[in-house]
Amino acid sequence: MSRTARVKSTTAPVRVHGCVPAAAAAATAVLSVRYGTMGTTMSLFRDDGIVLRTQKIGEADRIITFLTRQHGKVRAVARGVRRTKSKFGARLEPFSHVDIQFFSRGSELVGRTLPLCTQVETIAPYGARIVDDYTRYTAGTAMLETAERFAENEGQPAVQQYLLLVGGLRTLADGTHQSHLVLDAFLLRSLAVNGYGASFTDCARCGLPGPNRFFSLQAGGVLCGDCRVPGSAVPSPETLVLLGALLSGDWQTADACEPRYWREGSGLVAAYLQWHLERGIRSMRYVEK
Amino acid sequence: MYEGVVQDLIDELGRLPGVGPKSAQRIAFHILQADPVDVRRLAFALQQVKEKVRFCSVCGNVAESEQCRVCLDPRRDLAVICVVEESKDVVAIERTREFRGRYHVLGGAISPIEGVGPDDLRIRELMTRLADGTVTELILATDPNLEGEATATYLARLCKPMGLKVTRLASGLPVGGDLEYADEVTLGRAFEGRRLLDV
Ligand SMILES: [Zn+2]
Ligand SMILES: [Zn+2]
Repeated sequence: MSRTARVKSTTAPVRVHGCVPAAAAAATAVLSVRYGTMGTTMSLFRDDGIVLRTQKIGEADRIITFLTRQHGKVRAVARGVRRTKSKFGARLEPFSHVDIQFFSRGSELVGRTLPLCTQVETIAPYGARIVDDYTRYTAGTAMLETAERFAENEGQPAVQQYLLLVGGLRTLADGTHQSHLVLDAFLLRSLAVNGYGASFTDCARCGLPGPNRFFSLQAGGVLCGDCRVPGSAVPSPETLVLLGALLSGDWQTADACEPRYWREGSGLVAAYLQWHLERGIRSMRYVEK
Repeated sequence: MYEGVVQDLIDELGRLPGVGPKSAQRIAFHILQADPVDVRRLAFALQQVKEKVRFCSVCGNVAESEQCRVCLDPRRDLAVICVVEESKDVVAIERTREFRGRYHVLGGAISPIEGVGPDDLRIRELMTRLADGTVTELILATDPNLEGEATATYLARLCKPMGLKVTRLASGLPVGGDLEYADEVTLGRAFEGRRLLDV
């Protein structure tokens, strides 16, 4: 008998705690069961998440890293998914948006041992649309890695980062905007929700209304003539307009921009990201523009 | 912890893929109790594989000489190349007895997140093989997972200007199974790759 079945069929007292708002796509129902002489607690968790990466372990298993709606980054073991007959191997590929049931050997989802994925349902299989286009794929991979980096603490909710990723992947899979613009918008907004929001109009120091000419990574955006610091860059005004548009979601402006401003903008975004992250994002190197 | 040599063996076995500390210990004790002749044969096989086996200079498959058995076989069709990730995939496809062309072993799949880009695979060698026009069809048989698909997409785009016929292995339903048990991702791909029944 599988462990899940044992939890379900037990006659031991069952505690069901906290349900999240019904509006959420997948409500977490935590089911904790205490059984056995040692009083071991085993729990079932339900959450939805995006598959960030998968790693092979053992003969046919994988460790799947998710960014979940309610538990932030979660790593879990998926048994037997590399076998072609696996029930949910196809659902647990990077970029997949899935509804997962986790089985944990404790009262917490993230604990001493990795939880198991016991059930997986597809919400949206973004992977197929993304992998069809290599440029899109490289942009998407950089998004996954960035999301993982910003949600580094396992089990700690990162709801805004999660929502950004879901929205970003949906836009990327739609193919309605250039992949590199979708990536840059995602990077700027990820920086913003993690406390590194950049200003592209008003002076980042004194707040002087824009447009302002000078750009400084340390200062967190543009600076006015009085606040400028040595080493400030002077990007094209059009590039600053583009970056502001990407941050605010003004696609019309971003799409209409000339390619040379796209390139300059991407360079600034990459530098800004690098400035705030200790280690670089590995997959940025492979992003095609 | 065990005495010197036993622990050394456990440590060495534990470094093999898919072997955890418990399994390493179990294998070590199995070897300890085994017939000396069997153990010598195992040791010999290990040594031989490192001494004798090389990689085919044409396709990258494991070989016991300059070229692998497939590349040396004059009956193989020179116009078709089947691209795979690893040598073990060559073995799997050979078992089907369906394919009469030759192979190209990439040595992995593109995975930016793991730091593996196109330049880290044997893609340049593939382009060299395609350059003289002998090859007219390329079959992309990378794994049916995301990295494998990305690698196939990359290669298809790269080969497009060369005017080759580029095909991808079909993904679909496992033979012998019931349709209702298929997951939606696989079933969706089977729909995409449906073929005309010409009867
Ligand atoms: Zn100022
Ligand atoms: Zn060969």
